[in-house]
Amino acid sequence: MLKPMRVVMRFARSILIALTLLTAPHLALAVQPDEILPDPVLEGRARALSKELRCMVCQNQSIDDSDAPLAKDLRIIVRERLKEGDSDHQVIDFLVARYGEFVLLKPRLALHTVLLWFGPPTLLCGGALALLIMARRRSKRNPAGPVKPEGGNLSAAEQARLAELLKSET
Amino acid sequence: MIAIAELGHYALVLALALALVQSCVPIYGARRNDPVLMSVAAPVALAQFGFVAFAFGALVICYVTSDFSVINVFENSHSAKPLIYKITGVWGNHEGSMMLWVLILSIFGALVAIFGTNLPARLKANVLAVQSWVAFTFYLFILTTSNPFFRLEPAPIEGRDLNPILQDPGLAIHPPLLYVGYVGLSISFSFAVAALIEGRIDAAWARWVRPWTLLAWMFLTGGIAMGSYWAYYTLGWGGWWFWDPVENASLMPWMAATALLHSAVVMEKRNALKVWTILLAILAFSLSLVGTFLVRSGVLTSVHAFASDPTRGLFILMILVLFIGGGLTLFAIRAPLLKQGGLFAPISREGALVLNNLFLLSACASVFVGTLYPLALEALTGEKISVGAPFFNTTFWPLFIPLLFAVPFGPLLPWKRADLLGVAQRLLGAAALAVIGIAVTFAAEGGGPILVPFAFGLAIFVITGALTDIVERTGLLRVPLGTAFARARGLPRSAWGTVFAHIGLGVTLLGIVGETQLGTERIAEMKPGQSISIRRYDLHFDDLVDRQGPNYSETAARFTVRRGGELVGTMEPSKRTFPSRGTGTTESALMTRGVGQLYLSLGDLNPDGSIAVRLYHKPLVLLIWLGAVVMVIGGGLSLSDRRLRVGAPKPARSKAVMQPAE
Repeated sequence: MLKPMRVVMRFARSILIALTLLTAPHLALAVQPDEILPDPVLEGRARALSKELRCMVCQNQSIDDSDAPLAKDLRIIVRERLKEGDSDHQVIDFLVARYGEFVLLKPRLALHTVLLWFGPPTLLCGGALALLIMARRRSKRNPAGPVKPEGGNLSAAEQARLAELLKSET
Repeated sequence: MIAIAELGHYALVLALALALVQSCVPIYGARRNDPVLMSVAAPVALAQFGFVAFAFGALVICYVTSDFSVINVFENSHSAKPLIYKITGVWGNHEGSMMLWVLILSIFGALVAIFGTNLPARLKANVLAVQSWVAFTFYLFILTTSNPFFRLEPAPIEGRDLNPILQDPGLAIHPPLLYVGYVGLSISFSFAVAALIEGRIDAAWARWVRPWTLLAWMFLTGGIAMGSYWAYYTLGWGGWWFWDPVENASLMPWMAATALLHSAVVMEKRNALKVWTILLAILAFSLSLVGTFLVRSGVLTSVHAFASDPTRGLFILMILVLFIGGGLTLFAIRAPLLKQGGLFAPISREGALVLNNLFLLSACASVFVGTLYPLALEALTGEKISVGAPFFNTTFWPLFIPLLFAVPFGPLLPWKRADLLGVAQRLLGAAALAVIGIAVTFAAEGGGPILVPFAFGLAIFVITGALTDIVERTGLLRVPLGTAFARARGLPRSAWGTVFAHIGLGVTLLGIVGETQLGTERIAEMKPGQSISIRRYDLHFDDLVDRQGPNYSETAARFTVRRGGELVGTMEPSKRTFPSRGTGTTESALMTRGVGQLYLSLGDLNPDGSIAVRLYHKPLVLLIWLGAVVMVIGGGLSLSDRRLRVGAPKPARSKAVMQPAE
């Protein structure tokens, strides 16, 4: 039971060590001025792509946000590929081929991510369906309509008293 | 002063012993129907609070007096640190933050003991016992894995200082708010479990769960907003939400608590959805525990996660399994015994609130799955994937936007059975204003992203839709202003609470759209004497100065800001170096203009004397947090509703006194 947990822990610790080693001087400014491409359209695409790519030695940071040297290298690679005329898809494929799927902040839809992508919408649909079935069943039980008048199960004497009370009110 | 750490340590051990007593005796008393055993709970809860408060106070004293013979103080404090950061540094580390956690938990236990005098004795005994189970496990956790009172021999001369990023007023406010929110949900949980143990839902349960959840929700909202603003100004690239697992850990209980609040309304008003509300109460606190696990176990590592010792992770995981597994199992066994009440048609206020719950929980599930899936996948198959902001933006918003669209409809629908078309007609005014908003944005923007005008329209619809209810109920546009004002005063505060909370939601949405879609950014290398402009602002880089702070030195860049040639102020972003840790921080400069901001931060200093700067214009950005403030105000209004106070069972005498005061 504990083995997978230990794997996670070991992974977390190695990340922590990497983090402290690589990003210790936590100074801001991810994209450096000298990286920026002169062509604003190309630069715009580079920025958009950078937001989708993970800085692999950081905790949950895109290469657009990160100050780590690796992120800088990746930003430069993205811009070089774009300059050479790659499409956005080609750039991403290139990086995935090199670094694995871990580099994508939005995992691709595949067998191992089906639950990730479709879990919550399935929950929504399932929940809605369950509610619908429950409402159906309830209305079947009360053919007069889903809302039963609340005096339904009063005795005859109580009904008479109720009618009297209602009359006196109006 | 001597041995204060040991006294604190001992007080915590005593609290653990008391928690054990409070865990067993009252619940046994409730089973045996023995009033003496049941009455043990309240005084023990108060004593427990006293000992934990003493232990926490002892730790604070160690920090304030910079007693570096205590390891925890040595590792996280420094004698030159300003007093406020010595105090806030207490919870700026793993051990201390767990102490804050149990302190708040014991405060809530004491509050139930004090304010619960009108609760049925058996319910109160059970609630306090369950509360104490949670407390017991966490005291044990602290004492066995995270003890902050251990000493160091020989004592060092100087401490290692607190992580500079945490040396910020944000640390004084953000964790306490958030923890009150997290831990406050334990009350709803304890009440739910107590009801399940008893096998029946007391009327008192329904009256208690809403105000306590509301209180926790308000603090959670404030804590999340505060954390978001802190990250925004401190991290230097102007982001305010990163879908970081640690942030998600606070967002999940918030969404569950929001769902719980709404279903508790149905339970309170219509006596329906009782079983569902119990389940939500269990879920909400479970997500709090999951959040605690994620942050405290070191399973994730980010700025927030200070702990990385696996024994802690396993301990919290066991606590998690015990309470979530136990709570849900108890629910599965006992829920069929509980009576459902209050029928309603699908299209009704109740129906709308069920829909609210469905969407909130689905959105919550998307955050949950996104946060935990990569961990689970790696643990099970060894495959590494990343789930970050792009994923959450794709999956969360499609589930949340329909909910936002439905928000204005909810409060306008009558209970039991409603006419949707009629409500839609009443919202025509709000819809018209939203359409005008869309048209105006579209014209002003002139060919930007097409989603922006619609997102603004949706935000306006949420705000005006919330106002529609008040306008109708006061007759604002039909009757003289004085009459409308008098009617407005007569409306129950909980109605105002709903209006404010929903307006706050719309306001936050406006801010989000403004910041993410309409912001601009400039990145440049600058030398003193040069200028940079953004939108209609011109920033002139005057000079660089070196300054000395209490425990850091900084280099600040001074900028003069002009708008259309007119001087509007100066901005001084800086870079600080903390010699004690050899690390630094980037202090951004923020200039507020209306509800927008200019945001300026510094990068690296080049050998040629130029410095990299990053400048943002962020329109409407403050609305993100102002919206949260408005939500909290709404919560406060609802909490102050006299029905919540008068409605609680009180001795007949005090009721008679209160009546004429109306």
